[in-house]
Amino acid sequence: MSDAATLPLLRLSNVSVQLGTVTALQRVSFSVRRGEFVAVIGANGSGKTTLLRVLHGLVEGTGMRRLGEPAPVQAMVFHRPFMLNLTVWNNLRLALWLARARVPRAEAPARALEALQRVGLVDSRDRPARVLSGGEQQRFALARAWAVRPDLLLLDEPTANLDPSAKKEVETLLQGFAADGMTLVMSTHNLGQAKRLATRVVYVDRGEVRLDLPTAQFFGPSADERARLFLKGELSWDLE
Amino acid sequence: MSIWTCGRAALADAWLDVLAAASGEGALCTPRHIVSSIAPIENGAHGSHRVNEFAQSAKSALDLIVHADAVLVRIVALSLAVSGTACLFAAGFGLVGGAWLAVARFPGLRVALLLLNTLLALPSVVVGLAVYLLLSRSGPLGSWGILFTPTAMVIAQTILVLPVVAALSRQVVADGLRDGGDPLQSLGAGPLLAALLMLVHERWAVVTILLTAFGRAIAEVGAVMIVGGNIEGVTRVMTTAIALETSKGDLPLALALGLVLLAVVALLNVAIAIVQRSRFASVGLQTR
Repeated sequence: MSDAATLPLLRLSNVSVQLGTVTALQRVSFSVRRGEFVAVIGANGSGKTTLLRVLHGLVEGTGMRRLGEPAPVQAMVFHRPFMLNLTVWNNLRLALWLARARVPRAEAPARALEALQRVGLVDSRDRPARVLSGGEQQRFALARAWAVRPDLLLLDEPTANLDPSAKKEVETLLQGFAADGMTLVMSTHNLGQAKRLATRVVYVDRGEVRLDLPTAQFFGPSADERARLFLKGELSWDLE
Repeated sequence: MSIWTCGRAALADAWLDVLAAASGEGALCTPRHIVSSIAPIENGAHGSHRVNEFAQSAKSALDLIVHADAVLVRIVALSLAVSGTACLFAAGFGLVGGAWLAVARFPGLRVALLLLNTLLALPSVVVGLAVYLLLSRSGPLGSWGILFTPTAMVIAQTILVLPVVAALSRQVVADGLRDGGDPLQSLGAGPLLAALLMLVHERWAVVTILLTAFGRAIAEVGAVMIVGGNIEGVTRVMTTAIALETSKGDLPLALALGLVLLAVVALLNVAIAIVQRSRFASVGLQTR
């Protein structure tokens, strides 16, 4: 395996984050390698979202955050997608304009069209983005992220508010991105989703990374009692 | 004079004193002046005479409007031009300044915001006085020679409405960035660009802010009276003309201008309501 494949895209070393009086992350060491699909799971308030925001550089903490060489292009899809009060097309063109250092201006229209085609929203290009349904908004957010061809895509519970069919559409898109070689880090409450999609599962509890295992190992017998309790609390049957 | 008439006149006087004190306009004509120019109704004969006089004035006022009297049109046009120009300048500086304040981080920011919010209630006569002192011959900008010109009036009204635009736009941007700040930063927008994009996002709110500022500008009298001088054909606007004509007892023009001013304010309110409906429609919400 080449050096580029083994070197992490991004590494956190002993990172702690204090948000007001709350310690959101405590001495977290975490790395992401190219091609991985990492599912970050944990209870509400465990620090999943903060971990993603630290990875993306939206939040600073103590400790070290090191980017790979060259620095990976990142994009993030938030729990609730935010769109400007513009059409779908103009929102996408604006995102590509903001990424103009990586996306040449001449390429932007074609890139935008391709992104909408990929997520099945071409017919909605002239609609106000904010009147899209929940599932359509998440698909648009994925299109907007994919359009800049990120090396690393971060997703904060992208299917939390979606019905089963919309959830399935989003998961299909994510599997497609992963198959194309994109690296994904996704926080989720949905253990079945983590099991279906991820190559690696990270369990976060009270701001600490308690378990970090390949998916098959994570959902098998686990050495961490808290993780076992969490899994048992989420599912009605014993996974062992 | 009956006890009822005396009492009614005394109540009216007291009410007018409260109004004059609360208005803070310090115009040459207080409401008391306006009413005192019309003698209190003492008995039936005088009463009907005054009513006929008022009716005649109202009719003359409507004639002035319907026939687009040249003096009336000139005064209205100057009012719209002065206040419109002032709002344009206030929009340029105030929107960008408000957006910047929403994302700025520097020592003393809280004090700056407190000062800005205090300036929302800046009395127009105080603004007029300050600009007068700046532009008078003995002032630091006396060499400009623009006192008692529409330019001075534009400067005064810009200063008056700038805090309105800045403070309200700052709030709109700050509120919007609570949801949109991180996503915009994630897309690559720096803090100021994100704030400016938020103004685009909340453009209906921005339009409402600008209409509100225009309403404040066109209805004020203190600042333009002091720095403009109410010179006929040069710096006479609706509010100063109403004050002057009423003090002279020349009601038709005052009434006509008053009706036009009311119509302008009413149109502004209608425009704001239409903008609000458009804003809700753009996000698929039903208005009541």
